Amino acid sequence: MEMEEFAAGDSWVHKLDPRVKILITLIFSIVVALNNHVSMVAISLILPVSLIICARLDFRPLLVRLGIVNGFILFLWLFLPFTTPGEIIYTLGPLTVQREGIHQALLITVKSNSIVLMAIAMLGTSTIFTLVHALSHLYVPDKLVHLFFFCFRYIHVIREEYFRLSNAMKIRGFRPRTNMHTYRSYSYLVGMLLVRSFDRSARILQAMKCRGFRSRFYILHHYEMKSHDYAVALSSAAFSAFILVFI
Amino acid sequence: MHISEGVLTAPELGIGAVFTVAGLALGLRRMDYEKLPEVAVLSSVFFVASLIHIPIGPSAAHLILNGLCGALLGWPAFLAIFVGLALQAVLFNFGGITTLGVNTVIMAFPAVAAGFLCRHFVKSSSSSVRYVFEFIAGAGAILLSGLLVALFIVLALGQSMEAAARLVIAAHIPVMIAEGVITVFVVEFIRKVRPEML
Repeated sequence: MEMEEFAAGDSWVHKLDPRVKILITLIFSIVVALNNHVSMVAISLILPVSLIICARLDFRPLLVRLGIVNGFILFLWLFLPFTTPGEIIYTLGPLTVQREGIHQALLITVKSNSIVLMAIAMLGTSTIFTLVHALSHLYVPDKLVHLFFFCFRYIHVIREEYFRLSNAMKIRGFRPRTNMHTYRSYSYLVGMLLVRSFDRSARILQAMKCRGFRSRFYILHHYEMKSHDYAVALSSAAFSAFILVFI
Repeated sequence: MHISEGVLTAPELGIGAVFTVAGLALGLRRMDYEKLPEVAVLSSVFFVASLIHIPIGPSAAHLILNGLCGALLGWPAFLAIFVGLALQAVLFNFGGITTLGVNTVIMAFPAVAAGFLCRHFVKSSSSSVRYVFEFIAGAGAILLSGLLVALFIVLALGQSMEAAARLVIAAHIPVMIAEGVITVFVVEFIRKVRPEML
């Protein structure tokens, strides 16, 4: 699975201060999530869509992302229009389609896409390390920031290890099926990953101690708000406030 | 198990956020810097494990292993799960930012509860007692998570979603059994290979 697929790029959206990105995404997402007017939520799409256009993101992976998100929404469309009590607008054999149900399903669909597009436009266009670094500037507890750093750093290492182990299984003719042998083999694979990672974490701790780790992450790079950061922050906040007024 | 963006309303999102902040605070207090690399690297393992698909009959499911996570880490499992979900939300748009609190509650509280159970009984010398409780920890964590998903969906969308909620739980029954079996195998494997991890 591809990670950070939208992070490469040199548009002004990519270069925005990550603290601004995190804050405006949070504000926008909450305002949209709490809104109950389909039309207002539809208007909210303007911000993420224009940001994505400015960021010149690849269209194909974007559609794949949206497809996955809307898969779950589709599940709701199978239920909501038929089960939500309200005014009946259509009868389909034993099923009745209610106006309220359609309205609710539509609201959820637009909301979900708007928030996800905003997350892709803002958080997707930064690397995880940049975002985590920004979190440490936003007063997120130090230990939690460390956890994000280490976890993301070692996901890549452990994925490699997983591929190595699963290749070794394939070479020996392992074919996954629904039986005890498959489950036991996968369990030992996971168990082996856990044991190796546990040992690895002990080595990491020793290495950190050897280098005089004093429970602090020294941040060498400091962000500086430039005029266009302020401009984007203010206009996005104003836009979110506009949506909030019509909540 | 993720609830996507846009489905829940203010009360559920608020409840999720409050409980998650409380759980994180507790987890952070229980984890000192000595333990940090272990929690971090094991949360990477659980992140990678969630990309593994196991066959269940004609279909397949990805591993969740939140019960196992709780068994290995205790309260800090809350942190590991939160970090994993946050990364999934940003990297793949699974779950979401506004629903991060709710999704953490859904996955992490069952993990910690199952963990307590498993850590207590794993010391038993009778292998059948161990197998039973390891299975309950693995399967029970999924059951609890499924029930919480159903609860949040019904709270947000009303009584009329009961049918859908039942379907969510029913769909999780095969996953529960698979996760229970795998949890037994993994815990027994670790017990043999690296008992100090438990």
